[in-house]
Amino acid sequence: MAFRSAVITFPGSNCDRDMAVALEQVSGTAPFRVWHGDAELPDGLDFIALPGGFSYGDYLRSGAMAANSPIMREVVRAADRGVPVLGVCNGFQVLTEARLLPGALMRNASQHFICRNVGLKVENADSLFTSGYVGGQEISIPVAHHDGNFFADEETLDRIEGEGRVAFRYIENCNGSRRDIAGVLNKAGNVLGMMPHPERAVDAAHGGTDGLMLFEGAMKALANA
Amino acid sequence: MKIRVLVSLKPGVLDPQGRAVHHALEGLGFKGVDDVRIGRTVELDVADDTSDEALNEMCEKLLANTVIENYKIEKLG
Repeated sequence: MAFRSAVITFPGSNCDRDMAVALEQVSGTAPFRVWHGDAELPDGLDFIALPGGFSYGDYLRSGAMAANSPIMREVVRAADRGVPVLGVCNGFQVLTEARLLPGALMRNASQHFICRNVGLKVENADSLFTSGYVGGQEISIPVAHHDGNFFADEETLDRIEGEGRVAFRYIENCNGSRRDIAGVLNKAGNVLGMMPHPERAVDAAHGGTDGLMLFEGAMKALANA
Repeated sequence: MKIRVLVSLKPGVLDPQGRAVHHALEGLGFKGVDDVRIGRTVELDVADDTSDEALNEMCEKLLANTVIENYKIEKLG
């Protein structure tokens, strides 16, 4: 059966096309493109992606406006039903603002916008999204953000670490994130938010293909589920 | 009714903007500035019968992110 995925586009999203290209490349089926003002998601989705960018111009706080857009009510409902949701960069910010993921993404500690490849350590290779990797594996994925400094209080950090919900950590902390956290899972494991851009590392021409295993692993895990 | 909502970072949350402004003030030669924290003011003009509960909900749902921010509601009349 064809893989049914959707990429949500908010006003100001700018990695939605890259995400769609990556999903089509890996699955062979073009994802549905869904606009933020749409009231409904397509039926029977296998995968939802929230792309990077600057939704609503980062007004108020990064991701805050998008988290309250009409389509996000549907995304939250789908996530609660167990549909896998991947949020990258601004998508991660939206997921925290929508309270699907813990914590918040603050201004980088350096105050600088960072755009380069970073080394990541795969902390948990048992999740749907990370099953294409090996635990402890070191990979290289690009980041491009100003607000990627993951913050949560100590109690929350202890809890998410204890529950194995840290998917990726920075090998060298580039933005001030608490405990070097680059990617976080929800409790059920079907929602992942990460600042690095796996969709920008799926073709040798991108300079690396370490993002490929995320999409391939997720698709394989879903096919076997 | 005019309402002013003051949104500030919770104590202990790093404020890189505040830190940069602090450095800039020192660079301008101002002495004795111990700390700088930057927040946000939101001014609302709402119906007079807007309840405190509704105002709190606006803050909790959108105006502040209570993971990192505190808010204070002031009624300006």
